[in-house]
Amino acid sequence: MAVLTHLEAIRQGIWEEMERDPSVFLIGEDIGVYGGAFKVTQGMLEKFGADRVIDTPISESAIVGAAVGAALMGMRPVVEMQFMDFIACGFDQIVNMAAKIHYRWGPAVPIVIRGPSGAGVHGGPYHSQSNEMWFVHTPGLKVVVPATAYDAKGLIKASIRDNNPVIFYEHKFLYRRIKDEIPADDYIVPLGKARVAREGTDISVITYGAMVWTALDAAEELEKEGISLEVIDLRSLLPYDEDAVLESVRKCSKVILLHEDTRIGGFAGELAAVIAERAFDDLDGPIVRVTAPDTPVPFSPPLEEYFLPNAKKVADAARKLAAY
Amino acid sequence: MATNVIMPQMGESIAEGTVTKWLKKVGDNVERDEPLFEISTDKVDAEIPSPAAGVLTKILVGENQTVAVNVIVAEIDGQGSAVAAGEPEPSPQQAGSAPPTPPAPSSPPVSGGIPTPAPVPAPDGDARPTSQSAGPGLQPAAASAEGASADESVAATDGGNGHKIRSSPLVRRIAKENQVDLRSVKGTGLGGRISKKDILAYVAAGPFTPPAPVPPQVTTQPVPVPSQPWPQRMPASQSAAQAEPLQTPSPAAWAGQTQVVPMTPMRKQIAEHMILSRRTSAHVTTVFEVEMTRVHETRAQNAAEFERRNGQKLTFTPFFVRAAVEAIKQYPIFNASVDGDNVIYKRDLNIGIAVALETGLIVPVVKHADEKNFLGVARTVTDLAERARSKRLNFDEVQGGTFTITNPGVFGSLFGTPIINQPQVAILGVGVIEKRAVVRNDAIAIRPMAYLALSFDHRVIDGAMADQFMVRVKTVLENWSEAVL
Repeated sequence: MAVLTHLEAIRQGIWEEMERDPSVFLIGEDIGVYGGAFKVTQGMLEKFGADRVIDTPISESAIVGAAVGAALMGMRPVVEMQFMDFIACGFDQIVNMAAKIHYRWGPAVPIVIRGPSGAGVHGGPYHSQSNEMWFVHTPGLKVVVPATAYDAKGLIKASIRDNNPVIFYEHKFLYRRIKDEIPADDYIVPLGKARVAREGTDISVITYGAMVWTALDAAEELEKEGISLEVIDLRSLLPYDEDAVLESVRKCSKVILLHEDTRIGGFAGELAAVIAERAFDDLDGPIVRVTAPDTPVPFSPPLEEYFLPNAKKVADAARKLAAY
Repeated sequence: MATNVIMPQMGESIAEGTVTKWLKKVGDNVERDEPLFEISTDKVDAEIPSPAAGVLTKILVGENQTVAVNVIVAEIDGQGSAVAAGEPEPSPQQAGSAPPTPPAPSSPPVSGGIPTPAPVPAPDGDARPTSQSAGPGLQPAAASAEGASADESVAATDGGNGHKIRSSPLVRRIAKENQVDLRSVKGTGLGGRISKKDILAYVAAGPFTPPAPVPPQVTTQPVPVPSQPWPQRMPASQSAAQAEPLQTPSPAAWAGQTQVVPMTPMRKQIAEHMILSRRTSAHVTTVFEVEMTRVHETRAQNAAEFERRNGQKLTFTPFFVRAAVEAIKQYPIFNASVDGDNVIYKRDLNIGIAVALETGLIVPVVKHADEKNFLGVARTVTDLAERARSKRLNFDEVQGGTFTITNPGVFGSLFGTPIINQPQVAILGVGVIEKRAVVRNDAIAIRPMAYLALSFDHRVIDGAMADQFMVRVKTVLENWSEAVL
């Protein structure tokens, strides 16, 4: 079993799917000759040829539109957004075409739109967003956010095989910083299912993406103080594993909802509502959110640090909630 | 198709009932006859079975609410349509515990602001719980002794001296499940809140907390002498009655503190009745020693056959019942009551048999015991004891006793001085049956012996009559003959 980085695991997953299914092809900016801005697709042009690894002009709308068209003709395109921030340029093709065609006139649109998201690398407002909620709010799509390298490979493979349009978020901060032992075999991780990243008893921290690691760091810290955090890694936001969320909340009776995304309209709001609706009688304290504030992602490094949730902020919130 | 569940009428004169506990919640499946909820009325507490099979779709009368007989308290849907799991169960949650005031976030917006509840005033003696968390057992001390009434739920909100115990519904549920009054629990949460940790720690440590939920209590009015399960204690012999130890508080694990634990309704009733009985009757106790050899032999001979036929063990109870019946026939004053200046002689001879339950006791009555032969008495006693333990007695079966037999001997007491079960005038307590050295024909013999203690009301029974009564009881037992009895 090889130890791969988050990025390498994703590459391996895509590679395997390209080998497995000739209808899978890649399309995006700089993915062919250049191997991708982050090198995710490095080596694929040489291996699979220009018919299956397609470099495009800078036009997300065209890229997504072409992919939707190809999907309607029976292909399984994997679209790369060079930065997920640019997905806004292809927004109409995604939410009005990809998301609604199956509902409206039948054929499936099995595309995957994948790309790096998230902050922490001094990327500034246009290269650091977590914009998953635009798509969580669009029925007809699926939204996936892996946190570990193992899950990244399993989930990209599952997403490519899924017949629905899937938006796949890869956190750029994690690309090279986290590693995992990755089996070489053909495993997938199912969409729509959460995972218990850490078992605990006092407070349940429900989160996804890079924040899973932040929560785990906070948990380590708090363990020493006698506060036991349980960390739930959602892995998918649409559909999401409501049962896993409620089970954890019922067990711990206190919950912190954590995401790097900004506060208003963030996924924590959805979770808070569901928890209040369905686990009210199991709560022993208010539902707490730890999120970024409602501003664009700052460029200035100290400001970006202030903006982002971190282990200390999570631990502080947890201490207050534990004492409630 | 929906079935209405109504408040049943437990006795002719009973006009209302209080729901003390729902055993199922909205959305649960329930079988026909499966216990559905518990009620408390003036006369009896009971467990009410479901009238139909299906899904409990609505609960219209919450815990500790009192409604008239025949009022619809719930609905069952026989088509099995389950209510969405998320639907909250309507219960008379009180507005008492005010929601925490919204936060003024003191930290940068990235952190969640945890609301800080308003500081809670120091608890004082009249503090009341904010909601019906305490369940059937725990009424504020000021409440009427008759059991929960609708006024309870109102009282809690306009509440005593305004003290409110801050706790979440989860904590209140845990408290209720464990019969804990939240007033006794120290809260270490913000503003004195009782947190989940607090209540769980209290439950784990508190010696006066009963370990299990209180089973439904079926009591008579008035409540009889506390006594132990019916006889055994012949060496190597088995008895049908339960030998479960009574619930007694274990030695305090927390020396030095006091705990205020309100009485359960059953305990209050027992307490009141004991005092009332002592004040009413002029209690005297006379003790006789009875040789149980013949009874012991008879029982041994018939035990196997009886058990085979009836599926229950043959105990000593029927022997004592028959002996008492014989004696009462001869001395009918023992089957009487005092009413002012009159003595009321009752025609029916109904012998009550005290049976201990996990958290109290109950006295099922063998009706018309004088009309039954030994086998009939034995079967009735066995059936009543078994149904007493499994809480399936009818209201009528705990009514109308004219004489009571109790058994302090089950835990080894030589004899007791039982308190009369008002409005009766006497009670017979049977001590431990054990082998003793006695004198027979000027020689020492080893015989199974028992002390029988009769407490009687000296207002209407004099010592001589009491002793003659006991001589008759003794004679019957010592000369037990199946042919006669």
